[in-house]
Amino acid sequence: MTAAPERHEPSPAQTIGPFFAFGLQYPGMNEVAHPHSPGAITLSGTVRDGNGAPIPDALIEIFGADADGSVPTSRGSLKRDGKTFTGFGRAMTDDEGHYLFWTREPGAIDGRAPFFAVTLFARGLPGHVRTRIYLPGDSESVADDALMSRLAERQRETLVAMRSDDGHLRHDIHMQGERETVFLDF
Amino acid sequence: MSRPHMETPAAPESLLASADMPSQSQIVQEIAARHAQLLDSPGALTELDFAPYRSSLLRHPTKSPHLIDPETIELHSPAFGERDVALIESDLTAQHAGEPLGERITVSGTLTDTRGRPLQHQLVEVWQANAAGRYVHQRDRHPAPLDPHFTGAGRAVTDSQGRYRFTTIKPGPYPWKNHVNAWRPAHIHFSVFGRAFTQRLITQMYFPGDPLFALDPIYNSIPRQQDRDRLVARYIHDDNVPEFSMAYGFDIVVDGPDATWFEGEDQ
Repeated sequence: MTAAPERHEPSPAQTIGPFFAFGLQYPGMNEVAHPHSPGAITLSGTVRDGNGAPIPDALIEIFGADADGSVPTSRGSLKRDGKTFTGFGRAMTDDEGHYLFWTREPGAIDGRAPFFAVTLFARGLPGHVRTRIYLPGDSESVADDALMSRLAERQRETLVAMRSDDGHLRHDIHMQGERETVFLDF
Repeated sequence: MSRPHMETPAAPESLLASADMPSQSQIVQEIAARHAQLLDSPGALTELDFAPYRSSLLRHPTKSPHLIDPETIELHSPAFGERDVALIESDLTAQHAGEPLGERITVSGTLTDTRGRPLQHQLVEVWQANAAGRYVHQRDRHPAPLDPHFTGAGRAVTDSQGRYRFTTIKPGPYPWKNHVNAWRPAHIHFSVFGRAFTQRLITQMYFPGDPLFALDPIYNSIPRQQDRDRLVARYIHDDNVPEFSMAYGFDIVVDGPDATWFEGEDQ
């Protein structure tokens, strides 16, 4: 038996603050898939505070599998070449609290319910929060999902995107209130 | 001289001031009371429900996060490489025609996980105010001068030993509207990726001996002193570049499982 390795104490998070845009924005940051390319859809929504007011200074990042369920390993999330799928996207909310990504719908990995992994930062959030966005109309694999199967119907609803008539995905995030999004720790 | 100009919107000015604008002494009392509550029951490293930081009131989750096992996608992370970042992006003093004003410094360190493994080829992004405490942002109305030779944003990718290094100038403290006479300690924002998306971290690096520490609700949203201490850079005299720059060291440790954790690597 070997001794457990010494644990290095983690660095605590701090708020992203109000003035992050000039440090974190880059061209095409929200274009996980090239807009209007085959299979590309938008994932968009609004981030709201405990009064239901839009949060205009949040940063959302997503990471997801490609449509065939493969885990992206390609570099180039920062310098997009317009064709490589890296799975990673970053979006900043606008004055109406609205964010938008162009991406592809993640496929199932090993038959498990697919979702976008999400990290959210905002002024007023002392640290980040993590959540997921599952796909609508996937009730069978979602029912088997380790997280979703533990949640009440009302909680599950906070994690599933809605399909718009034109096939795109809509998903709002609520920091507080009756529809408070389920946040995760690992 | 072109003035840096940012098009991305951020908070309307009206949202940035707190509703009640308490005194500094009240904020200090609130910090002490909240710390006393939190130290009774050890919780998160950073407390999201921290009322002395007024803009957190309506923005922190009211329910505890659900503790779950990560799925495959969460155990992986976007990949970065030298292609993504140009070397010049790590020198914040070299992005304009002239030299920025202020105290020239280097900030370097190592990015590891909690098992001490260096995280190579990871993206490190920084942003900061200039020497006068002013951000290059349309909505920063602090009446301190902009510096035409300083934007204050940089990027680097860690090397094979997990190391990064920036050259910049020491940022100034700046006022904000959390309470009356509120000033943030000088800091540099750091954004880092780990091997897993669950390790994603944004934090702030502070400078040793700042007299504003005890007064600042953001720094104090970390309840324990030993945790706060890890966000304070070390002054490393021997790493100074003589007659050029002062050196600070800032190591970053990301937390959370990654794919190799579950595969039992090096156990």
